[in-house]
Amino acid sequence: MRSRVFVMLALVVSMLVLSACGGGGGAVKIAILAPLSGDVATFGQSTRDGAMLAVEEWNAKGGVNGKQIEVVVEDSQCAAEAAVSAANKVIDQDGVKFIIGEVCSSASIPVSEIATAKTVFQISPTSTNPSVTVGEDGTTKPTIFRACFIDPFQGKVGAKFALENLGAKTAAVFLDQGNDYVRGLAEVFIAEFEAGGGQVLVKETYTGDDSDFSAILTKVKDANPDVLYLPDYYSTVNLIAAQAKEKGITAVMLGGDGWDSADLDRTALDGGYFTNHFSDQDTRAIVQDFVKKYSDKYGAAPDALAALAYDAANILFKGMEDAGKADPTAVAAALEKGTFDVVSGSVSYDASHNPVKAAVVLQVKDGAVNYVATVAP
Amino acid sequence: MAQTFSRPAKNGAMMQRHNGMLLNRFSQGFFILLGLFVVYVLGRAFLQNPKVFVEQVLNGLQLGFIYALIALGYTMIYGIVKLINFAHGDVFMVGAFTSFYAVATLQLHRWPTWLFPGVSEGLMILIGTVTVILTAMLFSATLAVVIERFAYKPLRSKPRIAALITAIGVSFFVEYFGALPFAFTNNYITYPRPFEVNVYSGEMISPLLVVGAWVLFVISLLLSGWFTWTSRHGNVQAQTWKRHPLLQFGLLFFGFMAVVLTLTGVKIETGGKVWDLSVSNVMLIIMGASILLQTLLQYVVSHTRIGKAMRAAAYDKAVARLMGINVDGVITATFALGGGLAGAAGVLYATAFKQVHHLMGIIPGLKAFVAAVVGGIGSIPGAFVGSLIMGQTEVLAAGFISTPMRDAVAFSLLIVVLLVWPQGIFGEPPAEKV
Repeated sequence: MRSRVFVMLALVVSMLVLSACGGGGGAVKIAILAPLSGDVATFGQSTRDGAMLAVEEWNAKGGVNGKQIEVVVEDSQCAAEAAVSAANKVIDQDGVKFIIGEVCSSASIPVSEIATAKTVFQISPTSTNPSVTVGEDGTTKPTIFRACFIDPFQGKVGAKFALENLGAKTAAVFLDQGNDYVRGLAEVFIAEFEAGGGQVLVKETYTGDDSDFSAILTKVKDANPDVLYLPDYYSTVNLIAAQAKEKGITAVMLGGDGWDSADLDRTALDGGYFTNHFSDQDTRAIVQDFVKKYSDKYGAAPDALAALAYDAANILFKGMEDAGKADPTAVAAALEKGTFDVVSGSVSYDASHNPVKAAVVLQVKDGAVNYVATVAP
Repeated sequence: MAQTFSRPAKNGAMMQRHNGMLLNRFSQGFFILLGLFVVYVLGRAFLQNPKVFVEQVLNGLQLGFIYALIALGYTMIYGIVKLINFAHGDVFMVGAFTSFYAVATLQLHRWPTWLFPGVSEGLMILIGTVTVILTAMLFSATLAVVIERFAYKPLRSKPRIAALITAIGVSFFVEYFGALPFAFTNNYITYPRPFEVNVYSGEMISPLLVVGAWVLFVISLLLSGWFTWTSRHGNVQAQTWKRHPLLQFGLLFFGFMAVVLTLTGVKIETGGKVWDLSVSNVMLIIMGASILLQTLLQYVVSHTRIGKAMRAAAYDKAVARLMGINVDGVITATFALGGGLAGAAGVLYATAFKQVHHLMGIIPGLKAFVAAVVGGIGSIPGAFVGSLIMGQTEVLAAGFISTPMRDAVAFSLLIVVLLVWPQGIFGEPPAEKV
């Protein structure tokens, strides 16, 4: 991994040199803040790779508004302190006015505060916490955006998919009371499912370290709902699904992007669906084009993090073109007005700077995860 | 001066005693009300939907049998060294991981096909599964003995609290050593079962099996009754026969088997509701293995030389040593037995829930400990009965009281038992040493 960082640094330096040679009219400087070390290092590497791919494409096309793009990559470690010092460094020392990052909400929030104070533009590819774009007083931070949808949105899409695509009338919902992500998805799912005419027969809570779900699954079996909504991470979902199959529960299992893992138990969850940001099987030309370019360059299929980082960079550059200049306030205004066709769908922004776009629904089938549908909110 | 001092003190003591009695009466009333409330809630649940209620009881039974295997280790070790071995839950975890590697990496559950390619599938699975369980037991037993040798033995002459705190340290060490990337990693790993899970319900259970289980149960019951009767009338031989492990096993195993198979084998339709319960082979195997190991242990403790030595060491270590018993050897054997049982429990737990990770031992370990205390720590039948109670408490609390409260209810059981019945169900009242 260290060698990859060196390669990246070398790349950045060579790009600086190249742009210094070629760019007569100056350059646009952007920064990528991502965790390149630590326990979520793979998230950071995917994010950096995705964003760098977009930068190279734009530079090959002649840059943004005729100016080449210069990139500063900083390791912000998915931690508040490291992200703050990285943000201060790129803004004060490197004179950057546009930041792509961070990956983690806990790091993106402090960066967004610095960026707001210094009128710097920030777009986070993957931070889902609402506070990234909205301040404590409830006002939207003027120059902060994100490329991903926020947690409750997946609950909404899940409910819509269950009602319309699966024709479900009744549902059971399991949630971990101690996990904000799970609770957010589950509560929105219940509200939307009931608003759409469905009926939630069983709503059960558990705690994160439970491994015996027989008691609550017995209730589900007795109620016999059409769908079972499990918006938890794959480790818990694996446990619940295996036990549900053995109890003879036939309800279709449904979940969120927490299922998106190579460790998902694909036999236990066979036939289940989950909502996600992106699928590399999506047939749209823009997606296939991205998947091909990314695989050619990095030798692996892109994950959702890479796709969202690619999108975040593209949204930023298109916003600069629309605004006609590299000015944070003008770019923010362009984003508020515009609609952007990117890999994860057609994106426009609401008043809270959260993207309004479709989610993809994937199905676990015969040991593979297949693209099924794109569901708009 | 002395009198003026002693008087108010005496008064104070009397006041205290009086208050204590009032408090006792109050708390007794509280517990009785609590008990009535629980009975009411469960009774109502049963009348509303007997099918779901019985299914929950079966769920609780499965959990209880797994706790029993872990609790046996706790109780044995406590009985002999008076140490609550908090690392026991982690020995259980290592047992689960051993079987994971045996199945996933070495394919050990398929070994009969290497030697005898023509062996039938059913026989291979049976032999393979037993091999996997034995491997895990062996590994866990070794680990338990190593822990005893390096962490507890040097502290044997020190105050008991030192060993207790060391036990907590060992527990953390095993857990977080397991989390290291070259050990078990900190991932949640899907467990590949050594055998396929089948679910039986209704017509799939042959009536012959049900009748057979009942017949064997009744035979065991009659034999046991007859031995009791004859031994009351002076037949000493009958007393030993009555405690024969085979009879004990028959009584327990066929009793549970008959009840479970009857409940799941019948299919009744009443008023639109279908009584159609199911039982999985995992549940039956857990039940069988748990009862088998429990009786084996009972046999070892009550019928063998090493068991006799164990009982002597439990009674008085110093005197046992004077009588020429190798107390250190006995302690090592105890840890090996306890660790082996925990390893078997680990395999069964992982097979039932299909997941292994490095912290999986904490919660089952704690609950089994509570079960051992409820049954009376130091007592083998106590650990068994306490575990079944614990399993029921947990599942019925989750099913009919409140799901997020299941652990709270389960652990309150510990507090209630300690307040009302400190020595547990089968425990001996605190002995006075003369």
